Amino acid sequence: MSLGVFVVSELLPGDVAIFILGQQATPELLAVLRQQLGLNEPPPVRYVTWLTLFVRGDWGRSLALQVPIADLVLSRTVNSLVLAALALVLTIPVSIGLGLVAALQAGRFADRLISLVGLSGLALPEFVTGVVLIVVFSLTFHLAPASAQIPTGASPLSVLPALVLPAITLAVTLFAYISRMTRASAVEVLASDYVRTAVLKGLPMAQVVVRHVLRNALLPTVTVIGAQIGWLVGGLVVVEHLFGYPGLGDLLLFAALNKDVPLLEACVMVVASVYMLSNLGAELLFGVLNPRIRHA
Amino acid sequence: MRDASPAIVRSPLALLGLLVVGVWIACAIAWPLIAPYDPNQFHFSARLQPPSPSYFFGTDQFGRDIFSRVLAGSRDILVVAPLATLVGILCGTALGLVAGYYRGLLGEAVLRVMDAVMAFPIVTLTLLVVASLGPSLVNVILVIGLVFTPRVARVVYASMLAVRDLNFVAAARLRGESDAYILIGEILPTISAPIVVEATVRVGYAIFASATLSFLGLGVPPPAADWGLQIADARTFIQSAPWTVLFPALAIASLVIAINLVSDGLQGGGELHDR
Repeated sequence: MSLGVFVVSELLPGDVAIFILGQQATPELLAVLRQQLGLNEPPPVRYVTWLTLFVRGDWGRSLALQVPIADLVLSRTVNSLVLAALALVLTIPVSIGLGLVAALQAGRFADRLISLVGLSGLALPEFVTGVVLIVVFSLTFHLAPASAQIPTGASPLSVLPALVLPAITLAVTLFAYISRMTRASAVEVLASDYVRTAVLKGLPMAQVVVRHVLRNALLPTVTVIGAQIGWLVGGLVVVEHLFGYPGLGDLLLFAALNKDVPLLEACVMVVASVYMLSNLGAELLFGVLNPRIRHA
Repeated sequence: MRDASPAIVRSPLALLGLLVVGVWIACAIAWPLIAPYDPNQFHFSARLQPPSPSYFFGTDQFGRDIFSRVLAGSRDILVVAPLATLVGILCGTALGLVAGYYRGLLGEAVLRVMDAVMAFPIVTLTLLVVASLGPSLVNVILVIGLVFTPRVARVVYASMLAVRDLNFVAAARLRGESDAYILIGEILPTISAPIVVEATVRVGYAIFASATLSFLGLGVPPPAADWGLQIADARTFIQSAPWTVLFPALAIASLVIAINLVSDGLQGGGELHDR
């Protein structure tokens, strides 16, 4: 993964030295700067240098912002994690609950309504959903602020109301995936012999749903939630850009648009790590929920 | 192979979708005749005007007529999305056919490379590629095509598994036909139905993706009348002049939902696909 990131950013056209000094720089100055930045070393050597420094926490300085990258990226990551966590907290109970309702009512009105809402949330780009939400909830009913800009240094928790609309925007798309997955697997479980047995032996429906249906239906759903974390990063880029929220996605976009290679590398590395950790987390949770695959 | 037309006619929602898509295609072709103003003309005396009889959708921060810009914006997206889909379908079909036909090392290699591309989060991949090649319409088409390729290849590969061992393939091989003829002349026609369905689904995602890229400033540069770009440029005015953002957003929404209705109608039900 780190190799991929390095190779792609090496392929970015344009000379970093010219970028820093400007087009009018003299060749001598450029040569000195290239020497200082270690650009004359062959790529494999630079890759190893970059990776060792990165692992030790020395992420270098941003070319466009002229600040140390590590602090910047970490504080932006915290902001994004707060927003993502809020979105997940909003989405998961609602979509699992409504997915179950849809499965129990399969084919009836509630089911159709839930899948219609889900499908349109899924089809629309996040910034379109976001704009519609802003116009409805912020400008028409004045329920939540339209902008999520926060003062520099302030904790994202201190502006929680401002995070509501961005989080709901993210939640709309997640809702579609999670509720559809829950519905599909719950329908399958409901048709199984052990659920029929549970109903026939006279268990109350609520108990059947919670103990037999939900627990089994959650298995594929957990995998979907894990897989959606990678997508969530993409959603974050768009939502943070729309609401002006200083998160990692916004920083990633800034770095890409400004050809700030060290910053871009650091952002992508953080995204990739979060992505892998969340997939690992989903697999561990899978083991907790499903005793059959718990081994060794 | 299932005939597509009766399914479409049976579903009123799909017909509605088809109608909306048709209207947008007409706009993309004929907007210079319909638009009341030049979409890039500044009216400095009429900046940020709310919708009125002279400006149906209001004006933006430069006094440009939003109605004209929304009409004009349909052209880019309706050129980019089908072309990007075509790139993805062509590359994906070719790779899927190869992976399914040549078992052994070549097929395995193609499948593993596809898996590797799919493992990369889409947005990071797109950001890296567009940032390195520079924002332009051609690059947007290429990058969306690249993202689609492994997903299409997987669909084609799955269909190949069902037909590659059938007798007509063995017969063609015994007749001494070339591999290229067997793949394109014999196998491709039998698996064209899932590819066509996949293409309609992909067009919807291509519109989604290209609108998002231009919203992020990675698509066409300003002052082009592009829906995503219009929303990005005017988003600071959303409090005081929401119409600058709302109408392009509704335009994207109507097109995306219409395309999804059509592809749902073709499939006979909403299935979840990889984005």
